[in-house]
Amino acid sequence: MDFVLNIGVAMIGGAIRVGTPFLFVSLGECLTEKSGRINLGLEGVLVFSAMAGFAGSHWSGEAWAGVVAACLAGGLWGLLHGLLCAMPRVNDIAMGIGLMLLGVGVAFYLGKPLIQPQAALLQGIPLGAWSESVQIQSALNINPLFPLGALLAVGLSWALGHTRLGLELRMVGDSAEAARTLGASVQGLRILATTLGGMIAGMGGASLSLYYPGSWNEGLSSGQGLIAVALVIFARWSPINCLYAALIFGGAGAIGPALQSVGISKGYNLFNAIPYALTLLILIFTCAPNRTIKGSPCELSVSR
Amino acid sequence: MVSFSLFLVSLDASLCMTRWPALKRIGVKEFWISWLEGLMLPILSVALGVLAFGLFAWFGGYSPVQVWALLFKGAFGDAFSWQNSLQRAAPLILTGLCVAIPAQAGLIVIGGEGALVVGGLACAALPVFVNVPGGLLGTAEILLASFLAGGAWISLVGLMRQFKGVNETISSLLMSYIAINLFKFVVEDLMRDPASLNKPSTKPLADSLLIGGMWGYDVHWGLLWGLVLCVLAYLWLSLSTHGFATRVVGGNPKAAQLVGLPVNTLVVVACALGGGCAGLAGGIQVAAVHTAANASLIEGLGYTGILVSFVARHQPLALIPVAILLGGFGAAGSMLQRHLGLPDASVHVLLGLVLVITLASEAFRGRLGVAILKREAVSVV
Repeated sequence: MDFVLNIGVAMIGGAIRVGTPFLFVSLGECLTEKSGRINLGLEGVLVFSAMAGFAGSHWSGEAWAGVVAACLAGGLWGLLHGLLCAMPRVNDIAMGIGLMLLGVGVAFYLGKPLIQPQAALLQGIPLGAWSESVQIQSALNINPLFPLGALLAVGLSWALGHTRLGLELRMVGDSAEAARTLGASVQGLRILATTLGGMIAGMGGASLSLYYPGSWNEGLSSGQGLIAVALVIFARWSPINCLYAALIFGGAGAIGPALQSVGISKGYNLFNAIPYALTLLILIFTCAPNRTIKGSPCELSVSR
Repeated sequence: MVSFSLFLVSLDASLCMTRWPALKRIGVKEFWISWLEGLMLPILSVALGVLAFGLFAWFGGYSPVQVWALLFKGAFGDAFSWQNSLQRAAPLILTGLCVAIPAQAGLIVIGGEGALVVGGLACAALPVFVNVPGGLLGTAEILLASFLAGGAWISLVGLMRQFKGVNETISSLLMSYIAINLFKFVVEDLMRDPASLNKPSTKPLADSLLIGGMWGYDVHWGLLWGLVLCVLAYLWLSLSTHGFATRVVGGNPKAAQLVGLPVNTLVVVACALGGGCAGLAGGIQVAAVHTAANASLIEGLGYTGILVSFVARHQPLALIPVAILLGGFGAAGSMLQRHLGLPDASVHVLLGLVLVITLASEAFRGRLGVAILKREAVSVV
């Protein structure tokens, strides 16, 4: 019985630990896509903000200052994407690829001196203090950014549904023509959504470099930003669903490292491929040709 | 059916004459303006990217003039750097085709890295399982294997898109990550050569299968493969009925469906051909550079190919100079690292800047012609 409990708790703990970056990036992407634009460059945002977060924490000695730095760095990158895509005839998907490559390059360039040093890391919330078992204690040592992300998911869901700005954002995403007729600034709202989306995704970067794995190196992110883009399709553009989707993916992503820590080295590369394969399978089963997916913003080019 | 293909051929023949009918319609001056603009925009974008990179390095305390000088010297300064640049360009031309050919059918496929890795693996694995003859025939066999493997890999992307509606950009990149992990699994666990101690590799290829340098130079024959395939792709797209039909699909899929073109087949074939080129790039890298499949193959050539194709505006012939230029930047990158101590990621910054500026330059397309015509209109008044 204890064994089953331990495994279950370890799974939940792993899902939260690995899933937190997914949560933030998918929330950021969800907000951006609600405005009818897709930011494929969130992978670059994630790496860039992870570097900025680590640098902020390293220089100030305060982990939360790093989170703020990551947030700002992500917002800056989002703003850049928003502004560039507001120019005529600039394709948002292609620009996303460009900013992804540039973001990763700039992060590696500026982050070169940060590979060795230490920085203050975020302290986990010890939800497992009630238990005697060390395993449960360590498994339930929750990333402090996770509850923040969960709150953000609820808040975003409310704001999109119940505020004037949220309504305008959704209108721009569903029909730019209609929004223009009603006097809303289409490009302005899209730039705003992309910037805010970048800021939210930046928190995911902070989670990578300041909590788990909790260091800065060039192999920090391997496609989490991209998986999150696909997760938004799976979550049908609902922030609350993004939360569940991120947890499922966190669980899948935790399998590889868990096996490695137990000492199974043979074939762990195969387990590392699981999250990507799972994403692909989900896309195959949720998408269909000749019809848009339910809940998809109509202006979105990716869900055709 | 016959008359239909005749119709396509005639339509195609008119188009392949590099827009001469358009020349009649819009006049000589406008034609040359648009031609000049198509040439100048990418050149200016690349120049602006290099300029911006110098300023970026300046913020880091490096002399921008020195950076620019070394960029040129490292890329095209002497015979040695030319060889280095050309050697790096060889796989880039092929991975560029992996983006350019599907782009003609209207798809943005960015999973060339995956096809390259799969192709490299197929090339290294074939001699292990099948008895491959030595010499040219054997080399042709392993390269064919890599072409087929890469083609099959990317055609999956086309199949998923046409029959399941899965966005090809996302799926191809996800498939790259899957391919890389599968590759590591096969190389490190399934087919590891026990003799490779520090760096897990497959069994090295026999010497008779390797691709050597052209006429004794460092530049290997893989470059020629890239050039030939670019020309073939150009001829196929501009002269053949099938190629023309592919471009119709890329231009307007609904119209293509209406005139009865086999859209699904055309898209999947375009994906397969593009993927085959990237797979061939992997095979050539293994047979000419690494001699066995190992982690050195995963060096981002597929991602740089995306850049090559976007800067070349997905035109097969334009891929060649762009790949040589970007290959040259890659060669110069190691020089910047050695002489000025710039981080090794500086090449990625340079390439990223070039790509972003090139994409943003789309906004200025058509301005040059408008500006000239406006001035004339004013002078007439």
